[in-house]
Amino acid sequence: MNFLLSQEQVEIQRAIAGFLSKSCPSTTLHEIYDREEPYEPSIWQGLIELGVGALIVPEAFGGLGMEMIDLALISEVLGANAAPVPLLGHALVTLAIMHGGSDDQKANWLPKLAAGEVVATVAFDEGGQTWLPEQWRLSSSTRLSGRKRFVPHGMQANLILVGLSGGGFALVDASAEGLSRCAQDGIDRTRPVAEFVFDQVVADPLPGAEGLAEKVRDAALVLLAADSFGGASRAVESAVSYATIREQFGQPIGRFQGLKHQLVNTAVEVEPSRGLYWFAAHAFDHIAGKAEHAAALAKAHLCDRYLQTARDTVEAHGGIGYTWECDVQIYVKRAMFNFAFMGQPAVHFDRAADLAGW
Amino acid sequence: MDLKYSAEYEAFREEVKAFLENNWPLKGEEAKLRRHQQQALFRQRAVEVGYLYRSVPRQFGGSEQPADVLKGQIIREEFGRVRAPVELPGVGTAMLVPTLLQCGSDWQKEYFIPKTLSGEYLWAQGYSEPNAGSDLASVKTRAELKDGKWLINGQKIWSTLAQYARFMFVMVRSEPNAEPRHAGLSYILVDLKQPGVTIRPLKQITGGEEFCEVFFDNAETPEDWIVGKPGEGWAVSKATLSHERSALGGASGSVSLFEKLVALAKSVEINGEPAIVDPTIRRRLAVLDGYVSSHLYSSYRQLSMSVNQQDPGLVTSMNKLISTNIGHDVARLARDLIGDDLMLSPPQDRKKEDGNEKWINQFIGSLGIAIAGGTSNIQRNVIAERGLGLPRE
Repeated sequence: MNFLLSQEQVEIQRAIAGFLSKSCPSTTLHEIYDREEPYEPSIWQGLIELGVGALIVPEAFGGLGMEMIDLALISEVLGANAAPVPLLGHALVTLAIMHGGSDDQKANWLPKLAAGEVVATVAFDEGGQTWLPEQWRLSSSTRLSGRKRFVPHGMQANLILVGLSGGGFALVDASAEGLSRCAQDGIDRTRPVAEFVFDQVVADPLPGAEGLAEKVRDAALVLLAADSFGGASRAVESAVSYATIREQFGQPIGRFQGLKHQLVNTAVEVEPSRGLYWFAAHAFDHIAGKAEHAAALAKAHLCDRYLQTARDTVEAHGGIGYTWECDVQIYVKRAMFNFAFMGQPAVHFDRAADLAGW
Repeated sequence: MDLKYSAEYEAFREEVKAFLENNWPLKGEEAKLRRHQQQALFRQRAVEVGYLYRSVPRQFGGSEQPADVLKGQIIREEFGRVRAPVELPGVGTAMLVPTLLQCGSDWQKEYFIPKTLSGEYLWAQGYSEPNAGSDLASVKTRAELKDGKWLINGQKIWSTLAQYARFMFVMVRSEPNAEPRHAGLSYILVDLKQPGVTIRPLKQITGGEEFCEVFFDNAETPEDWIVGKPGEGWAVSKATLSHERSALGGASGSVSLFEKLVALAKSVEINGEPAIVDPTIRRRLAVLDGYVSSHLYSSYRQLSMSVNQQDPGLVTSMNKLISTNIGHDVARLARDLIGDDLMLSPPQDRKKEDGNEKWINQFIGSLGIAIAGGTSNIQRNVIAERGLGLPRE
């Protein structure tokens, strides 16, 4: 048994973290965050150059042929840095085409996804928390009509994977006639969202495969869980570091047992749970019978803990934590996105209970 | 990342399974022996083949195996599966033996370890005093060297099962003027069966009597029954405490407790239906599963890292607090599942026919876990200062 990262995996995480600390330090992150369109293509492009876009793409299509655990480890680092990049959509579209696309679709899109020539995203929710494949109602045909909401990086993407009734998928070109896109006033400006209205839009359906929609769903859950672990860990680090610098009553506030214990309680909620997303990512590729349960539990637990942790660390920062200029506000909002996107923790705790066979 | 064991370890697992199949439960005439005799016989055989007391040399009654955490894990899993006797519980095997192996003299190891492992010598712990709880360095019990003997005066408290113990390892103040305070402490071994020792069991919150007060009134112990040198008691005890903490922090205990809770939810009813189908109960169980599974995978990670000589870092200082928190959560859910049985007293001796009131022992006992071996708030201080690097108070 070896529940451990390989040297290569550790180095990939380090490389991504190193890149982000140079290309998107706190000051840059805030500057992008405050733009009218909060997006900076050069950061995503830099990640593409590091191989992030090609990571899970099969080697036959110009990719690196790696696994969900590798992608999830990167997602953790992006979460830790609240990176304003479209990885989530990119990864899910890539997976859907890899496992459910036609030969033509694979040959056409996978090399482009690997090379970062397209920005891809997913359109799932139709309003009223309809994130899961069995809740999608948009009818499957070559012409789509209906509405999708909370499409991450929806205004920046040029390739859209649309969830259809019965758990099917179709690819849509963002410039297709009849598709109107409207930016929503999303709270998490590191992953800006858009609402799409389809009116007889030409679509290219994926032939699909057994369990494809579930696989795409589980991938989303694992990646959100990993992002949440990264974000929650960083939020704790940030509060701990503030407690060692900030002085009141002539000493660092981190010396006071009241705050000390609060910070420990927060850290204890986060630190042990990295294995939850590791296991879910590992099961995704290697333990078919446990993959669904592990993904549901990881998403529910980690997204739940992330939001609470982020809130707690605002309080631990005192007044400065309540300001726009403090990094913690960005994490709170990213945690709010992670909490709701693909369904709230309650939904996935209930699924996990069913999948546990109780 | 690979959660499977390699072929070498799977072969080892098969060996262990084959041993268990042949040796537990005992067969034929041996099956008619008394329970504790059967267990002793089995343990002896398990030691011979190298499955128990693996870190203890053969000459002291152990099986002297090279350290291998994965083999240790496989043995625990397979012994657990068939409920075979494992290493004897208690502070003697868990705390004293590792301490003697690390700091004891040759004659101490020869004299004490074999009979401790066989269960002949039972031990009590003598650390806490009425005024030295979390602040262990303030121990006042005095030991003075007179005529080649240590003369001991003072009082210890919270000594688990001391009423049945033959010996105690005691933290005493032998150098009253030493500075800092902990430099005046020594770790000595005392025979409890002597006139200068009075043992009084304390009736505890559950109604049971597991803890004792132990009074020393000119009690004696030979000069060479000291472990380490005079004034080294603090360092000697540190080796022991870290042993206890890792034992209390085990994730497998949390997992089996959680499994029992799920079984309870299946066996009791809410509104005429099994509680396990109640949506609120299912959700609460799943939330708890998130914590229990985190703890389990975290232990896999720590295990894998120690196999590979890596430091798991911050999380190792958290294990006890995590287990404690899970115990509290289990207690709350069990409380709601057992309904009116919450008003019953807990049974004192475990019997098969016990009803759900046996969960009262967990409901109250989880508070004991939060206190014993370093209270949760002391754990938080340790995590804050050694783990998170916050300034010391």
